[in-house]
Amino acid sequence: MTSVLMVGVDCSDCSERAVEYAAEHARESKARLYVAHVIEWSPFSFSTVEENFERHKRREEELKRAYSDVIDPIVNPLKAEGLNVEGLVRHGHVADTINTLAVENGVTNIILGRQGTTKLKAHVFGSVGSRLVQVADCAVTVVP
Amino acid sequence: MSKLRVGITTLVGLLASFSVFADIGIDEKINLAVKPYSDAVTGFIFSSFPVAGVQIPFVLVWLIIAATIFTFYFNFINLRAFKHGFQLVRGDYHDPKAAGEVTHFQALATALSGTVGLGNIAGVAVAVSLGGPGATFWMILAGFLGMSSKFTECTLGVKYRNTLPDGTVSGGPMYYLTKGLAEKGPNFAKLGKVLAVLFAVFCVGGSFGGGNMFQANQSFAQLVNVTGGEASLMADKGWLYGLVIAALVGLVIIGGIKGIARVTSKIVPFMAVTYVIAGLAIILLNASLVPSAFGAIIAGAFTAEGISGGVIGVLFQGFKRAAFSNEAGVGSAAIAHSAVQTNRPVTEGFVALYEPFIDTVVVCTITALVIIITGTWNPSVDPSAGVQLTSTAFESAFSWFPYVLTVAVLLFAFSTMISWSYYGLKAWTFLFGENRYTDGTYKILFLFFVVVGSSMQLGAVIDFSDAMIFAMAFPNLLGCYFLLPVVKKELNEYWADYKSGRLVKTRNS
Repeated sequence: MTSVLMVGVDCSDCSERAVEYAAEHARESKARLYVAHVIEWSPFSFSTVEENFERHKRREEELKRAYSDVIDPIVNPLKAEGLNVEGLVRHGHVADTINTLAVENGVTNIILGRQGTTKLKAHVFGSVGSRLVQVADCAVTVVP
Repeated sequence: MSKLRVGITTLVGLLASFSVFADIGIDEKINLAVKPYSDAVTGFIFSSFPVAGVQIPFVLVWLIIAATIFTFYFNFINLRAFKHGFQLVRGDYHDPKAAGEVTHFQALATALSGTVGLGNIAGVAVAVSLGGPGATFWMILAGFLGMSSKFTECTLGVKYRNTLPDGTVSGGPMYYLTKGLAEKGPNFAKLGKVLAVLFAVFCVGGSFGGGNMFQANQSFAQLVNVTGGEASLMADKGWLYGLVIAALVGLVIIGGIKGIARVTSKIVPFMAVTYVIAGLAIILLNASLVPSAFGAIIAGAFTAEGISGGVIGVLFQGFKRAAFSNEAGVGSAAIAHSAVQTNRPVTEGFVALYEPFIDTVVVCTITALVIIITGTWNPSVDPSAGVQLTSTAFESAFSWFPYVLTVAVLLFAFSTMISWSYYGLKAWTFLFGENRYTDGTYKILFLFFVVVGSSMQLGAVIDFSDAMIFAMAFPNLLGCYFLLPVVKKELNEYWADYKSGRLVKTRNS
């Protein structure tokens, strides 16, 4: 089985270790690497009439900003290096959406940085890592 | 032209504010100044003809006939698509690649927060006090039929919406009347233009009336009510309340402080749920009285003792309040629903079925039941009580509830005003074009009517609000009749895909 990797990133700086780890593996195995970023969004949130009419425009802006601020600074250097890298951005619940993207692209291993949330915070909000471990359809690697 | 308009409004505003400080009896003055005009408009829109000795306004017959015809034309779509509508709201068919766009749920929730509100709380009380318990029966029936009108107008709203170059969407009857009818030939194109302009004029009026004055008026009434009624410090200070609310609305629509509107949009659904739970609790606590309440509702629907106008009078009250509450056939919802992300317009029609259902069949019925089983209603109750009647009914079970209701009423009124200011602005810019001056003029006028609405007496406000909102139904439904085949084609194609399993289901349940 050829391996396809995906690294989930929060912002371009805070996911350095996970990206480093994923890039290292991609170099060794010549695997395809996806860099995925999820914009937190719920299909069941409440909004005003005006927000709804401008939603499409806002979404385009959000996607553009995600590429320019998060994805491109990570993907471009790796591409220049000759790696087979592609950036992905989507709206949704973070862990579930990363898994959906992984399934859609035939990913065999998801790589994620540990966020170091406190116990309390993890109890209240859950953590992306632990949630992903529960729902993922492929192997998940959590980089400390 | 627009400069002149700005000038006039500023002048009117200044005059109003001067007399505010010069005279304590300003509420009475505003009432007297506006009443002749609102009476004239009301008289025209509600031109009526006698049926069995009762004066029935033509516009109401217009609404009922359309809802009934649409129900039969689409073969009881209101019942047939009920389950599928729910699947759509739940997101079973949501395209994951469209994540981040407006979902069916969001479009419905937004449209609902514009309709669920005082119509369900104050309007039902008015219907029951004027028409007796039997009015509830006709209200529920009107809710069911209204679902088909909503289905039609919301499907058209999505089908003929405009997407502007910058990606924002614009939709509603103005667009389907012009674009939809234009497809039918040059004469229809002219008719469509006329209807669209008429609709836009009435929509502006409706945004000042039911979407504004009625809300300001009834939320103020409830505030006076909980702070001590006649003896309240607030009594006679409607103009002051109006100024405060106008300032808050102004912060959102002129000041661009979207945060206030956003917070309201998140609290309102919880207030609505609280209201429903409290209503259900009262009904459950008095479960033994429910059968007799339903008995009174059904008996009252067909035998109307002591009600002016007999059965026709009861029917009239029920249908009127239902129409005012859920706005089916009026066209306002078509504006809100048209923002949804979908390439099958009819899907939003299915989702829109839930609007009259939740608004009228569920929430209005709960209000009516609470008023009836708590014994708050009796044949001698003052029909101008409005929201106070509902408040008293809830108070008899939970003494603290009027305070919660006041908060709910204030929030409902506020969110309805914000929604309607948007509908009205869309209609206004459709008429006068989109620029800074036209925008500003509309917004100042809107705020002006907040003050007027909270100063006037309920009777005059309710009549004017009804008149304007119902007037929108004339051009809207006339256009809908011509466009029925378009909706039918969309429906048949979609329904065939749905039944044969050709639609992609993204979530299994």
